[in-house]
Parts: sequence; C-alpha cells; structure tokens
Amino acid sequence: MIDSPLALRNITRNIDKIDPESIEEYLKTDGYEALKKTLTMKPKEIVSIIRDSGLRGRGGAGYPTGLKWYFAANTQSDAKYVICNADEGEPGTFKDRILMEGDPFSLIEALTIAGYAIGSNKGYIYIRDEYRLSIRRLQNAIEKAQQSGYLGLNILGSGFDFDLEISIGAGSYVCGEETALFESLEGKRGEPRIKPPYPTESGLFGKPTVINNVETLVNIPLIVNRGADWFKEIGTECSPGTKIFTLSGDVARPGAIELPLGTTLRELIYEVAGGISSEEKLKMIQLGGAAGHCLSPDYLDISLDFDSLAVKGLSLGSGAILVLDESRSIIKTAYSLAKFFCHESCGQCTPCREGTLQQKEILGRILSKKSSEKDLELLERLSVSMVQTSLCPLGQTASLGISSAIKHFKEEFLSYSERGI
Amino acid sequence: MAISKAIEQVTINIDGIELNVPRDLTVLEAAKQAGISIPTLCYHPDQDVKGVCRICVIQVEGAKTLQTSCTLKVSEGMNIRTNTPLIREVRKTNLELILARHPKDCLECARNLNCELQELANTFGIREISFPHLKKNLLEDYSTPSIVREPDKCILCRRCVYTCNEVQGVGLLQPINRGSETIIGTPYELPLSDLACALCGQCIHACPVGAITENSHIDRVWQALSSPDKHVVVQTAPAVRVSIGEEFNLAPGSIVTGQLVAGLRRLGFTKVFDTDFTADLTIVEEGSELIERITGSKTLPLITSCSPGWIKFIEHYYPEFLPHLSSCKSPQQMFGALAKSYYAEKTGLDPKDIYVVSVMPCTAKKFEADRPEMNDSGYQDVDAVLTTRELGQMLRASGIDLKKLPEENYDLPLGISTGAGAIFGATGGVMEAALRTAYELITTEELAELEFKDVRGLEGIKEADVQIGELTIKLAVAHSLGNARKLLDAMKQGLADYHFIEIMACPGGCIGGGGQPIPTTNEIRAERIKAIYEVDRNMPIRKSHENPVVKELYKEYLGKPLGEKSHHLLHTSYTARF
Repeated sequence: MIDSPLALRNITRNIDKIDPESIEEYLKTDGYEALKKTLTMKPKEIVSIIRDSGLRGRGGAGYPTGLKWYFAANTQSDAKYVICNADEGEPGTFKDRILMEGDPFSLIEALTIAGYAIGSNKGYIYIRDEYRLSIRRLQNAIEKAQQSGYLGLNILGSGFDFDLEISIGAGSYVCGEETALFESLEGKRGEPRIKPPYPTESGLFGKPTVINNVETLVNIPLIVNRGADWFKEIGTECSPGTKIFTLSGDVARPGAIELPLGTTLRELIYEVAGGISSEEKLKMIQLGGAAGHCLSPDYLDISLDFDSLAVKGLSLGSGAILVLDESRSIIKTAYSLAKFFCHESCGQCTPCREGTLQQKEILGRILSKKSSEKDLELLERLSVSMVQTSLCPLGQTASLGISSAIKHFKEEFLSYSERGI
Repeated sequence: MAISKAIEQVTINIDGIELNVPRDLTVLEAAKQAGISIPTLCYHPDQDVKGVCRICVIQVEGAKTLQTSCTLKVSEGMNIRTNTPLIREVRKTNLELILARHPKDCLECARNLNCELQELANTFGIREISFPHLKKNLLEDYSTPSIVREPDKCILCRRCVYTCNEVQGVGLLQPINRGSETIIGTPYELPLSDLACALCGQCIHACPVGAITENSHIDRVWQALSSPDKHVVVQTAPAVRVSIGEEFNLAPGSIVTGQLVAGLRRLGFTKVFDTDFTADLTIVEEGSELIERITGSKTLPLITSCSPGWIKFIEHYYPEFLPHLSSCKSPQQMFGALAKSYYAEKTGLDPKDIYVVSVMPCTAKKFEADRPEMNDSGYQDVDAVLTTRELGQMLRASGIDLKKLPEENYDLPLGISTGAGAIFGATGGVMEAALRTAYELITTEELAELEFKDVRGLEGIKEADVQIGELTIKLAVAHSLGNARKLLDAMKQGLADYHFIEIMACPGGCIGGGGQPIPTTNEIRAERIKAIYEVDRNMPIRKSHENPVVKELYKEYLGKPLGEKSHHLLHTSYTARF
C-alpha cells in the first residue's frame, strides 16, 4: 500500500494491521459484527441496505451490486449460488490480491451475508492459480470460520446454512468474465456465454447466481455495520465509496492505494505516486488495465468515477493505472496489448478471435516499418467490428487500448510508416 | 377441443415494418416473417444457436452495441434495424476476417458453388479481402475410407461440433486451443481412423464449407468403367432415387428412379441393379432370424444391422450388445457377395472380372465395403462406393442432365424389388418391411393393412406393440446415434424389453445419410421420406418375400433362408473395437 495523506483505510483497514490468519484478531476489529447483525434482519432488508448504499461493482463494469442481489433474491429456484470473482487477471491490477492476502475473513463474511440476502447456501471463490498465498489464506480462513460456526450448518444458531468452496482457475484471462467463469467452474471450456439470460436468472449450473468482485464484496460488512448513509458520504453521488487504484509504470511510488471515487488522475499520479520517476515528461496513461484507453496528459484532470468517465466514453475498469514517460514507444505498447489479447481471446467469436490476431499482425508490420498505407484504417475497421459485434466484454474492449493510442498519438504511428501513412 | 395454449404475441418494428409475432421467436425468425432475410453462417435450422460467427448482427434501439439476431428473442415494442451503414460495415468486416483465414482455393474445392461462405462473399459483393491473409497450415486427415477433413478450410462455426455431440452423441469433434489458434479437432488431434468415429458423415451436412467431405471414389470408378476387361455393375440404394434429383436442382422429394437408371447406363455401367433387391433378401433372412430367435428363446431383442455407421458405433461403444445384432449383412454387402457368386455363375463370368460399384446415401458404406471380412465371394465384394453427391458429380461431368433423361428399368435379375425394399431408405422402413414379411410367415395369413404408421416419421425413438397371431411383438425404432445411445442405455438399465429394434445411424434414416445432397436438413429429410413411401405405394409388389427373383434365388442357389449358403454369403459377424 502506498503511504499517502490522501489515503483512506476503509476496506483496507485491516491490511498489515492484523494477522490475516487469525480469526481472533479479525473478531477484535468488529469482525463478524455485520454477519451477526444480518442474521437478525430479513434478507430483503439487507438487499435494501445494499441498494440504498449505491455500491457499484469494482470488477470493471460498475453495475449496481444491490440490483444484482435484488434480482437474484427475487428469482425462485431450488438452488442459488454466490460467487466471488477472484480471477484477478487484468494486467497491472493487484487490488484483490492485497485484500485476500491481508484480510481474507472480510471476504468470507461478505459472501456469507450475500448468501443470506439472496437465499443461497453455497458459495464459491473462483481464484487464479497464481495467487498461492491468497488461496492459502482463504482456505485457512474458511476452515477457521467453519470451526467457529461462521460457516456451515446453522450459522450462529440462526438456522441459516452456508458454506464456501475455493475453485482454482487454469490461467485463462477470459475466465474472469463472469459467464466464462461459470463454464470453467462447471468443468467446461472457459468460454463466455451469450447473454441474456443474465447470471441472476441463470448462472452457475443454470441457477440464479450473484457474482461479485472481491473488492465489491469487502465493502459489504462495512456498509451493513456503518449504514448506507455513511457509505454515500464517500466518493461522488453516483459513484459512492472508495476504490483501490493500482499504479504502475514510470511513477516514483508505484503500488496500491484506497481513495474516494472521484479522485483525479493528477492527484493520483503527482500527489499519491510522487510523479514521474525519471527526468522525462509524462507521455501516456492507460486507465483500467489492458482493456482500458490509452490517454494523453490532457486527461489528467478527469474525475475517476463511473459516470464522469462514461460521459467521455472511458471506463475505470479494474482501477489499474499504467503511467509511461516520454522514453516509451506507443507502438510497442500497442503491439504488446495486441499480443496480450491475441493470446487471451477464447476463440469463440469471429471479431475477437480474428480481430485480435489481425491487430497483432498489422501492428507488427507497423512496428517493423513494413506497414501499408491503409493499416491505420484497417485497425479502425477492426475496432468498430470488435466493439460492436464481439460476444463478450473481452472482445468488445480488446481494441480500445489500441484505437485510443492511435487517436491520441497518431503522429507517432505515422512516423513509423516509411512512406507515411 | 385440444387447443394448445396460444403463445403471447408482441408488436415489433423491423426496418419500419410493424409486425405481430409470437414472443418466443428470435429476431432472425421474426425478420423472415417480414420478408427480410438476415445473412447467417453459424446458424443451422436444426441446431441450437451458437451465436459465434457474428454475421447476423442487427441494431436494436436502446442497445449499446449491435446484437446477434439468431440469439436475441423479440420483445414488446422492440425497434429493430437490419440494414444500416454500421451493420453493413461490420458484417463485411467479420466476413472478410473469416475469409482472411480461409484458403482461396474455391475452384479446387468439393463445395465449389455449394458453399455458404462463398455464397455470402458473393451476396456481400466482396471483391477484395483487406486484411492480411493468414493461412493456418493444419494437417489434413485422409485416414479413413469415408471422411476427409481439411481443417484449413474450417471457419469455426461449430455446427459439426453440435452434430457430433448433440445429435450423434459421439463427441469426437470439439474446439481445441484458444484464440486464433482455435481449431475444431479430435481428441489429441488424432486421425479419425484412430478414434471411435462412426463415419456417419453427418458432420459433412453440418459444415457450411468444404472442411469435411467424403473420401471420393470417383477416380477408381472412372478407371473401372474404362477398363475393357472389367464387367462393371452398379447397385443403387433405396434412398438415392428420392434425393439425386436435388443434385440437378429438382425439389427435395422428387422421385427419379427411371432417370437414375438411364443416367447410370449412359455412364457406361454394364448392368444397373438395385440394392432394393437385396433389401428384400435382407428382410427374408432377417425376418427368419427374428422368428428363430423368438421361437428358439435366443438372444432378444434382435437389432438391425444394415446401417454401417450404427454397426461401427455399437462395436466401439456398446460391444456388450453385439450378440443382439442381426447377423445379416447389409443389403449393399449381400449384393456384392451375390454379384460375385450367384450372378457370376449365372452369367458365366469370372468373379475377378466383375467390378461392383454402389451408389449410397452414406459415407460409412465406404468403410463397410472396405472391411476385411467382406470378401465371402472370394474377392472384395464391393469395389467402390459412390455417395449420391459423387454420382451427381460424375453425371454432370459427363454432360448428363438427369432431368432430361427418359425413364428406364433396372436390369434383370438383381434389379427386381418390392415396395418393402424401397422403404429401407426411411427410418422405420426396415421394421415395417420386416413386419410385412414376418406377419405372413408366422401366421400364413395375408396381411390386411400393409402400412405400419406407428414406426414412420421423424420422432427420435418410436415404439409399438404389434400383434402377430398369438404373439405380441414389442418394437422400437431409433434414428440418429444420439437416440441409439438413449435406447441402448435404457436397455442397459433393463428398461427396454423389446423383441425387435431398428437402428439407423443418421437422422431420418438413409434419406438423411452423410452421402446425400447438400443441404440435408430436417425439412428436406421429411420431403424425401414422403417420396420413399410414394415409391412403395406405387410398387406392384410390396412384400419382400413375394419378390419373384428372391424366390428364384432361393430355389436356384441359396436353398432356404438361414441355410448354409445364406450363412456363408449373406451373414457376418462383428468385432468389438477398443
């Protein structure tokens, strides 16, 4: 965690403060108070609190969490599932790892509350294989919670049964997409499903499912304990609460920090991260991970909240912020994004499977100065098709980094063409 | 008063056309009702939607991005555009992206002029592929006598995956790898010859392009036809006469038996015979076998054995049920064995000089003809197997337009058949033909009603109880290997106490076989089935045991059904395969 006077320590309150393997220490910091309170209330009331809080998904889409819960709670079914999406694979993003390594009990408490609220008795944490320490700590926390009566049958004598299982991914980026995650969890090839139906109607094993990101979930015990109004005081009107931003690249102090939504890029880069690490000037910011836009310094004063960004056609994504100084090549950056998506496309739909390959091919020839005059036009055509017609968000966003780089750094692309594009 | 619950109607607007449609329709289907045909590629009318090619995209008011019309259901007030500049652009881009990975060898492709991708490229007016052409260079699979796979041509629509898994229950074709390295392949990318593939060829019908085709026997047939020392005879399967017309743009279900005979004669076949004849013979042998098994308390149910895809399937997947199979060879193989024994003797020909060609609706027949045990005449009984498509190709290449040919008759003696032989081509047909004969053999009474409607039609598994004298015979008929699997699984659980089961590997039976004209859809299958029953109705004799040549054959040569000579020439045994 970056040390900064601007930092808030709400969802990160326990990180580096308590022993993440000790349930006793967790209990001493109000741990499981929210669950105890929850179990005295009706499930509907919990859903209402979450809806009132305005909490929005921290995985990238910013969908209202309470609404997901509401839909799932109101769908009749013999079984429902709660899933924590801990398949944190967005390049430059490591917020969920920090939360799971540093405060695993909060996540488990949150999932139990979610289970109670929607009427589910079974939850899964789908986590990437590389997160070995997170997996160990979560497994330990689940066992301790089971031993102490916070998971399992008749939790705290309430009559409510809920248990959790960890499911480990196999290294595929697209399995972070919720429906591909379901497929993977069901033991199938990790490919996104066609929507609708949405998960709250037909998710894991075809049952109503709430799937939330780690960071989203750890807000739940806080909101239950401190109330929706407390939560709404933080951040902006439409994007309440905090967000963990992860800064990487050419900044003096890279790392993670919890800040209110609505913080500007300038504050993040210059106040929190100590500015550019070299003598060079700031050149480019990629906002939201590999699927995010590549922006010029003109965007420094944009407010980092869901709606301000949406108005400009941008997205907060996972909260990853990659900063590059003037010494970096935009073409190489774009090529590396193209390579990443070409490797990670599931291969199901035409625009993503072929589009990501063509992006790599075309950027490769631009990079080797063998480009034809129409290459930038071709990349633009690809982007339109990928955004408009891809089956899932991976394909819909796999061209954004590249097309925005071309938009903001066109001169550099042009300079790479021998003949001049 | 059986009025089914009406499906709720919704009002939608497509390209300015206001429309009331049932709410369970997709936008694609609704657009069709408005006379708008949205282009598709991965869509297949007989399959669940996949929504992967992203060609059929349309614009729905209020949606952030374009939607696929094959997956999207209509809803009240939906406002849809199917032809905007954006839609035209992205459809073309997606098509070009597919073309950029597809070989540019249309002229050398078996699907030239009958290819959905080619047709789309033509419809869209593609004159140039803007994106770099990135060839895949994957290995082709010529390992089986039946099916050829050329994965470089595959456009990853996954229709064959659906067919192999959901329809046929075989499950050998699956997507492998991911991203641009995705292929549709077999387990461990093994050749089909090393796998438990039934070689039914249904994947060929699923494929919109030429990635899966038959292993062609055209060259060897031309060679035989031009060899002066070969006496080349041909047999035509029941299903071919109601489908080969489609190779000449006739409507599905056109009956062209006489023209088919004439066309084959013009190609140079010395004798044009009919597999319907040996279908009749099969019925006499198999009917006798059924009676023997029932009266002798032997292994029951008896299961039919004329469909070679089915035989290969059971040998791979249910070897424990092999004793249930009829020991009768298929009509194709009975014909081959007789052509090189009985017919050779009768005509004074040396069987080594006789070359037997079959025209079959089937790809698995090529494998069957190739089976090492199929040489009871002392030679390979059947030398070459042409699919209906291959025969169409040969006729066209010879300038023969089937439509313009006169009707001619099959040659004697192996060209005489009954309506019972004809209906072998449709699911339930073997069962019905067997019943017509078994009834009269058991009761020695004349059968009043020849048509057993309970075993007809496209329902997956059909069951019936038939009263024959004092016997109640319990029957089941399954078509498609997926349904065969269901039936055998029920048998395994002791839930199926039938006497007699007919199983055909292909949906609809042979009229829907893997060697039939492309396209073959369920709608087309239904038309061909109608035609097959019409062929039956128009035959003067409709019971196999009344076939005069069959009677003569027993008298002159075979002796009696299930006799020693029959046993030697007309029956076979089966092998459990890994």
